[in-house]
Amino acid sequence: MLRYILQRGALALAVAFTVSLATFFLLNVATDPAYAIAGEDATPEVLAQIRETYGLDRPLATRYFDWLGGVLTGDFGESYYWNKPVAELVASRAPTTIALALSALSVTILISIPLGALAALKPNSWADRFALGVAVSAQAVPNFWLGLIMIILFAVTVPIFPVSGDDTWLHFVLPAFVLGASSVPAVMRLTRTGLIEVMDSDYIRTARSKGFRGMPLLTRHAMRNAILPVVSVLAVQLGQKFGGSVITESIFAINGLGRLALESILGSDIPTVQMLIFVFALVFVAMNLLADILNAALDPRIRIG
Amino acid sequence: MPMLEIDNLSVSLDLPAGPLHAVRDVSLSLDRGESLGIVGESGSGKSMSALALMRLLPRRAGMTADAMRFDGTELTRVDEATFARDYLGPKLGMIFQEPMTSLNPVYRIGRQLTEASVRSGKLSASAARERAIELLDRVGIPEPRARMAQYPHQLSGGQRQRVMIAMALMMEPDLLIADEPTTALDVTVQAQIMELLADLRREMGMGMILITHDLAVVARNVDRVAVMYGGEVVESGAAASVLRQPRHPYTRALLGAIPRTDGPVRKLEAIPGTVPSLYARPRSCVFAPRCAQARPECTASRPPVQGDADHWRRCVLADAELRAAQQAPEVIERARTGAAETALEARGVSRVFQSRKGLFGPPHEIRAVDNVDLSVHRGEILALVGESGSGKSTLARMLLGLDAPTSGEILLDGIPVSDMAPMDRAGRVQPIFQDPYSSLNPRRTLAEIIARPLALRGEGDAGARRRKAREMMELVRLPDRLLHSYPSQLSGGQRQRVAIARALVTDPRMLVCDEPTSALDVSVQAQILNLLSELQRDLGLTCLLITHDMAVVHQIATRVAVMLNGQLIETGLAEDVLVRPQTTYTRRLLAAAPRFEHDEAASEDMAP
Repeated sequence: MLRYILQRGALALAVAFTVSLATFFLLNVATDPAYAIAGEDATPEVLAQIRETYGLDRPLATRYFDWLGGVLTGDFGESYYWNKPVAELVASRAPTTIALALSALSVTILISIPLGALAALKPNSWADRFALGVAVSAQAVPNFWLGLIMIILFAVTVPIFPVSGDDTWLHFVLPAFVLGASSVPAVMRLTRTGLIEVMDSDYIRTARSKGFRGMPLLTRHAMRNAILPVVSVLAVQLGQKFGGSVITESIFAINGLGRLALESILGSDIPTVQMLIFVFALVFVAMNLLADILNAALDPRIRIG
Repeated sequence: MPMLEIDNLSVSLDLPAGPLHAVRDVSLSLDRGESLGIVGESGSGKSMSALALMRLLPRRAGMTADAMRFDGTELTRVDEATFARDYLGPKLGMIFQEPMTSLNPVYRIGRQLTEASVRSGKLSASAARERAIELLDRVGIPEPRARMAQYPHQLSGGQRQRVMIAMALMMEPDLLIADEPTTALDVTVQAQIMELLADLRREMGMGMILITHDLAVVARNVDRVAVMYGGEVVESGAAASVLRQPRHPYTRALLGAIPRTDGPVRKLEAIPGTVPSLYARPRSCVFAPRCAQARPECTASRPPVQGDADHWRRCVLADAELRAAQQAPEVIERARTGAAETALEARGVSRVFQSRKGLFGPPHEIRAVDNVDLSVHRGEILALVGESGSGKSTLARMLLGLDAPTSGEILLDGIPVSDMAPMDRAGRVQPIFQDPYSSLNPRRTLAEIIARPLALRGEGDAGARRRKAREMMELVRLPDRLLHSYPSQLSGGQRQRVAIARALVTDPRMLVCDEPTSALDVSVQAQILNLLSELQRDLGLTCLLITHDMAVVHQIATRVAVMLNGQLIETGLAEDVLVRPQTTYTRRLLAAAPRFEHDEAASEDMAP
């Protein structure tokens, strides 16, 4: 088990390194950071001055290793826009987004897994059709529109929740629901098909032949098998919650990483964008690693080859 | 009062094409401690009947029965929860055909063994654990205490089936239903499992229903037999009586279709036609379309039940008429040897597989084939025998040129296979695979499938290719009207004929057949074995036949080569090896092969 985790961990590190390489070169080759700082009308002299001050006149490879060295010591450079260390900036905004992403994931799990299980136990019943209806609507409705509707319904017409901001947990209810809803279709369908397949399997027939039925059959025999593929998808979905926070945070005026990303892109703040992309990628990689480990813990066929 | 009594059980499946009547008016009864064999080919409804009793039918299936009594209680009036609690486990236990998939992969053996008896309050957790260890030991699992902590994937198929048996026995059922318990296992393991079941039954005084397609397994292990065909019981009675004096033409044909492991080789009785579709509820005899003795009255109404409770059948024929039609099967002269000319030769062939555990694990070598010398003579059928994992399929893949040996050389017609262009090689040796359901392209018609090798080789124009396809279909006795059919419209036996026709279309020097009949029913196997043996006689076909079945070897092979752990341990003429095996392993294989004494069957059948 430990060796498996170490192997997966090593692989994850390799992926993270590749991502850092790709983001750095894309941002520094596709755009000219000097222009970004100086603005479009800058004279060549000003540009040269800026290049020298920020060290942008050095070769790309040198700058990459310089940046990478900084990253390894926790130094992501200075923000051009806010004029403070990028790491500090990101650290101050991260808790809000983590809270939002985790609560959104909880919303996804709480809606889609029971709904998927309900649909799977009685395929083609009214419950199945209801679940399908929920999935189709959640897929068809765009995130920003759902956000606005929720604000109108539950913050303006019936003022239960605040319209925007991130001061109390009440502020997180609507955005978490909106962000979580977008993952419901995929997770629900996967739970449904996985469970239908498992319920038709030979080992469930064996369990039935031993007198198991109803809830014990579901919880003690079927669920652990059916949940295996769902775990991997949930991990990817959690990664997407971080990326998806860009839109949701803007709608609900939440000061998290999503809004920071949007603002630094608009402000051409390359060091901040660079770190955010790197952090989002790291989250993805870490989530996939977590999914691998969870799957190994749940499935002995992975753990004991 | 019998322990179990089933009256007129019917099961129908709700399929898109309409209701499929899988089981019709089946009546069975079983006394306490008695064993009943339900025999039939695939689609006969034998498993469905048992699943209906266990309430394990697939979702789309529905059942009706006039009566279904267990110990005098009418089961159709017992609600689901009560049935699951009071019957499944303590009264009715079941072992399934698929040991590889019938255990839950994510839970430990120990948990799966003990959970039912602990949950029902029959045993305490520690008592259940002790009982499970005891039973694992009883069913022949070494180191049972350590096994309790293992997962199913760490056990072999035979071991998993033993665990399944131990699991069913945990609740000490009054009736154990075993659905093809040994079909997925190697012969030597098969014999052990059947013996184990018989011992346990005697020890515990259990009743048993043994469901199988294998008449030899039934002959050895049960008191009474019910023969099913097309969803109905066509004949039933004491095992000795039914198997030695079959009174239904189907039972008799089925017995005639089983190849034997000794004595003179006889042409197998192949039942013409295919199993009927069960969509319509027939008002005639289900077997009539394939029965050699069918008469107008057979199709006019359902045949009456004849005979007494000890041996009855559903057939219009009187005993005398049945006997009159009986004729001794034709004896086949077995080719003693092929020509001296060597068609295929393997010289010191080895195949080593390298594997490593995970990305960084230590490399690990498996010698699947180890220094094998083998030659196939022109015009002979050489049987390559061995159990799963013996390396026979790996060797066959190399002989076909689909895989390269790690060391050694393979000569086809004296030329090294490694030097041959793929087209040239394919023209000389052609494969026939085990599973005719997945080895034919479902989107091509038979004419296209059979002529495909010619098209690939650019031989002849479309017209010539079509003529050749027709010729091949005639050779393998497929009717002309199937020329434009798709594989999905064919039965298993017909598909395997298509595979043979396709393999023969380029006039190859030899065929390599990998278990060509093990996916087929006995009556269909008989058709294919008869065909291969005729092709050898008439065309001088050279064939390497890979099989685990000694009866198949006896039926058609000229010579035998026995493989064990990647090595060739014995070769010789089929009749010599089968009668005087030189190695203990071959002796074991032969002893384990289920056999059925035809001579007795044939002679007693003739007695008045």
